[in-house]
Amino acid sequence: MNVAPMSLRRRLVLQLLGIAAVLAILLYLTVRTVANSAAEATQDGVLGAATLAIAERLQGGETGVSLDLPYEAFSILGSISDDRIFYRVDANGETLTGYADLPMPFDPEAAVEPAFYSATFRGAAVRIAATSRTVLVNRQPLLVSVAVAQTRQGQEAIAQRTANLAAAIGLGVFAFAAMLSMLTAGSVLGPINRLAEAVGRRGPHDLRAVDHPSPQELRPLVSSLNGFIARLRGALSRTETFIAEAAHHIRTPLATVRTRAEIALRTSETDAARETLRAVIRAVEESSRSATQLLDHATVVYRSDRLADGPVDLAKLLHGLTRFYGPTAELRDLTLTLSGADGPVMVQGDQLLVESALRNLIDNAIKYSPPEGEIELGLEPRGDRVAIMVKDRGRGLGGRKSSDLTRRFARGDNVGDVVGSGLGLTIVEEVADIHGGAFELTERKGGGTCAELLLPLR
Amino acid sequence: MRFLLVEDNAELARSVEERLRLDGHAVDWAPSLADARDCLAGATYDLILLDISLPDGDGRDFLKSERRAGRDTPIIVMTARAAVSDRVDVLDLGADDYVTKPFDFAELEARCRAVLRRRGGAIQTVRSFAGLTFNPLTATLCVGDEVRELRNRELRLMEILLSAPDRIYSKAQLCDRLFSYAEAVTDNAIEVYVGRLRKKLEGTGARIETVRGIGYRLVAE
Repeated sequence: MNVAPMSLRRRLVLQLLGIAAVLAILLYLTVRTVANSAAEATQDGVLGAATLAIAERLQGGETGVSLDLPYEAFSILGSISDDRIFYRVDANGETLTGYADLPMPFDPEAAVEPAFYSATFRGAAVRIAATSRTVLVNRQPLLVSVAVAQTRQGQEAIAQRTANLAAAIGLGVFAFAAMLSMLTAGSVLGPINRLAEAVGRRGPHDLRAVDHPSPQELRPLVSSLNGFIARLRGALSRTETFIAEAAHHIRTPLATVRTRAEIALRTSETDAARETLRAVIRAVEESSRSATQLLDHATVVYRSDRLADGPVDLAKLLHGLTRFYGPTAELRDLTLTLSGADGPVMVQGDQLLVESALRNLIDNAIKYSPPEGEIELGLEPRGDRVAIMVKDRGRGLGGRKSSDLTRRFARGDNVGDVVGSGLGLTIVEEVADIHGGAFELTERKGGGTCAELLLPLR
Repeated sequence: MRFLLVEDNAELARSVEERLRLDGHAVDWAPSLADARDCLAGATYDLILLDISLPDGDGRDFLKSERRAGRDTPIIVMTARAAVSDRVDVLDLGADDYVTKPFDFAELEARCRAVLRRRGGAIQTVRSFAGLTFNPLTATLCVGDEVRELRNRELRLMEILLSAPDRIYSKAQLCDRLFSYAEAVTDNAIEVYVGRLRKKLEGTGARIETVRGIGYRLVAE
């Protein structure tokens, strides 16, 4: 199976998006961690201050330790949030006041700075600050530990808000990066697209080397493209030369045969010799005509998808053809007339193909007209099209339909006595199709054929 | 008429030369462009028949250089290529007309006549016979002050008969030269044209005589 490789644009965008996603997630995690630790530091500061305030109030006496709880310390704690507050004061492993089950895993040495730790107390996460003081009781030093705990709901709420904010920032960064990656992909791929466009815009016969400014990375592609173009140009010109040479080598001996036969016919004495020689000349004529029409037909097929699209002046073309076919028509005392061609009549198309079609029509009209008749060539506007008409007073269509006669190698039932290949009308029909026109043969009132080739006006 | 035939294929050149001589034309043969230039330097021609592919160059270059040098001897190109583009090409380069090989000599002659007519009939082709003058270029017969126009087939019939007065031409011979080989005609078709030419010859000293069982000939009264 042949799967088309992923488009460059998609590949580039996906990779850039991947990088952007990783960056956004890292950013999210960093912001959250920093914010969490900042919130924790705030809580720790207040807890520490409260612990120290309690520790300051510890007083040793003769019989024991006295503590005057500083309620303002708790009110500072309460002002931060609605979190619950617990405390515990121990001496010699015995709880003096507060919650005896408040965890105090820390083995308190006499420390001025409080220590902090997190724990779970009564089903809630708490942050605990603990410190200890040595107090003299009855002149004996006694180590008293103080722990103050606060639930962490407030801090968690702050952490949640921070996380949301961090997520929003991460998403924003990702979206921005995505947009940038699209723009980048566009600008990186721009030269490729422009090169493709420049090559695609070329006319059918444009076989010049590609000379489009392109970045260094595309240069190997452009130079191999130019290599192909050069080879194609070479192959085409060799083919053209070959066809011309082949035609030359076939037609020149045919011309000799025909000329010799004509000379022999002029001096022939017997009817049998005359019959033979006439047959030879007819055969030469037929093969020459077939060769011409096969070549014409091949040209039509070859050019149909690489049309030399340009303005064609039908009036000028018909004047030229009328002049060219004048002597041929004259041989049979036929008159060629041309009407509607006083000024230029422009159509869009391939001049060679249109001329091939018209030559076939005029050639037919001359072949099938009785001597001394008139062949009328005419141009007539029909809305946004123009009709090129070739009318003769010949034998008509013999009851055949127009579409029958335009089939390849099809010939009418009434033309057996005239040399023809059956390709002429096929060529005309194909030329009409290629140009978005139409072709029709109709019987004329009073006898004869009207061939009408419609082409869109320019 | 005097032709210069520029053609490198000796077989074809000899045949064309012989065929043109049959119609009473003078022909010089040049197998190359260099020979053609030599011929043109030494003589004047009514028409040049020019091939395209020649051993020492392209006939089209010769055509171009002739026209650029202001020499305007009519040139009819004989091409072995049938493509429409080749035709446009040679006409643009200054050729007067062109024929595709293999060509019909009746058509070649018609084209020569058309070219010479367009050029204003510089050459004298008028022939006189038994009190009439015949001009094949303008297709006219003059009897005294009266000008009679001939149609193409009448003209060609007149040319054939006048080329050898008193010689008898069979119907078949006349048919072969008047009708194209591509059309099937009976020998009797010639009678129509003989009848018409007879009418045009009325009142002149010339007359077409029927030789029973053999054919026709042109005689002076």
